[in-house]
Amino acid sequence: MQLESRHIDNALILAPNGRIDQAHADSFKAALDPHLSECKTGGTPVLLDFSGVDYISSVGLRVLMLAARQVKAQGGKVVICSLTPLVNEVFEISRFNLVFAVFADVDAALANLSAQ
Amino acid sequence: MKLRFWGTRGSIPVAITAPQIRQKLLTAFTQAIGRTLDTEDAITRFVDQQLGFDISGTFGGHSSCVEIALENDNEKPGSHIICDMGSGARPLGQDMLARFGPATPQTYHVFMSHLHWDHIMGFPFFAPVYIPGNRIVIHGCHAELEHAFRRQQAEPSFPVTFDHLAATIEFDILTPGETCCIDDFTVTAKKQLHGGDSYGYRFEHRQKVVVYSTDSEHRLEQIAERDAFVDFFHNADAVVFDAMYSLADAISVKADWGHSSNIVGVELCQAACAKRLVMFHHEPAYNDARIVQVLEETRRFEEITREDHRVEIISAWDGLELDL
Repeated sequence: MQLESRHIDNALILAPNGRIDQAHADSFKAALDPHLSECKTGGTPVLLDFSGVDYISSVGLRVLMLAARQVKAQGGKVVICSLTPLVNEVFEISRFNLVFAVFADVDAALANLSAQ
Repeated sequence: MKLRFWGTRGSIPVAITAPQIRQKLLTAFTQAIGRTLDTEDAITRFVDQQLGFDISGTFGGHSSCVEIALENDNEKPGSHIICDMGSGARPLGQDMLARFGPATPQTYHVFMSHLHWDHIMGFPFFAPVYIPGNRIVIHGCHAELEHAFRRQQAEPSFPVTFDHLAATIEFDILTPGETCCIDDFTVTAKKQLHGGDSYGYRFEHRQKVVVYSTDSEHRLEQIAERDAFVDFFHNADAVVFDAMYSLADAISVKADWGHSSNIVGVELCQAACAKRLVMFHHEPAYNDARIVQVLEETRRFEEITREDHRVEIISAWDGLELDL
């Protein structure tokens, strides 16, 4: 899976696309992991822009959980924005909305990160 | 085939409290405002059709105990299939006495998922064990099966020792993966991930299939094990599934606690083309409203993730009888 990446306001924005399910979770993890090492105390916060994600299954959510754990241990910050309505429902039902700070769009997420 | 649920709560029995009953009454009376409820029929219709189950009923608090019966209870008189001996075994035993009386010997085939306390604690209160002539066969895959049952009735834990039980009690150690025929049922056990191991059971009888799979954690990264469970659940008419936690809890703060989630239950049942997912082993901290919320969310999750196969989502409650 390709992650579109760009930097805005000292944050690294990563934008996955398509379905993050059994078939694509491993490639999502492989694409995400290299970006996490700098997400640490005093480092670059990561914003996951999910506007292009159609669906995420339990194995995809596990990849997010692993990322959240790693970043927390490093003292960094990772947040998510722009969930599609269906993915937003999956987050609420799985309680992943309690694991991640979720924002309506990129601007709202950046505003939160810059306020830290 | 049919399922009767006598205990559906996880880890420890719980009881509804006075404040919770008061809150149900307040909610019910509030919802009755402006309605004409001046006859018994009108009140009954209001309770049965207008109030939600979390207000008009309760999921109950007994720990795991499920009876698997044939469509016609008289088809195989005198013999019964039971999964686990949690505290729900006490009302089950009372019901058996009411149904058959103490003078008619019965045989009980009990299949044990594992030997943790919440799954064996009902056995000393299962009245048929005190009646001569009854035969109780306890099937399981743990080598310590007999020891666990004897130990919980040894001094100083219980006043009646195991050797003083009047029924004939036998133990049958099963081998996971090997199919056996017991009482016209074909039964296959499967090892599950849980502290000290647990075992699920697939029961087949005349093209009907029930899977009892409680106290089972599913590691999402273990693809081969996931596929093995899809096979185990394949085409089941009902999968009784440990859906104790949310997915987020099950793979984070409660990872390695040996339980699973509603999300994984739906995904496995969809992949297995199972007809019904019966959520079971409810979190003891959840009240009725919370369990209803989880049920509604799980039905919605099944709906938004459905492809070409619909899985009916049910949340088990003490007293539920489910015809398959």
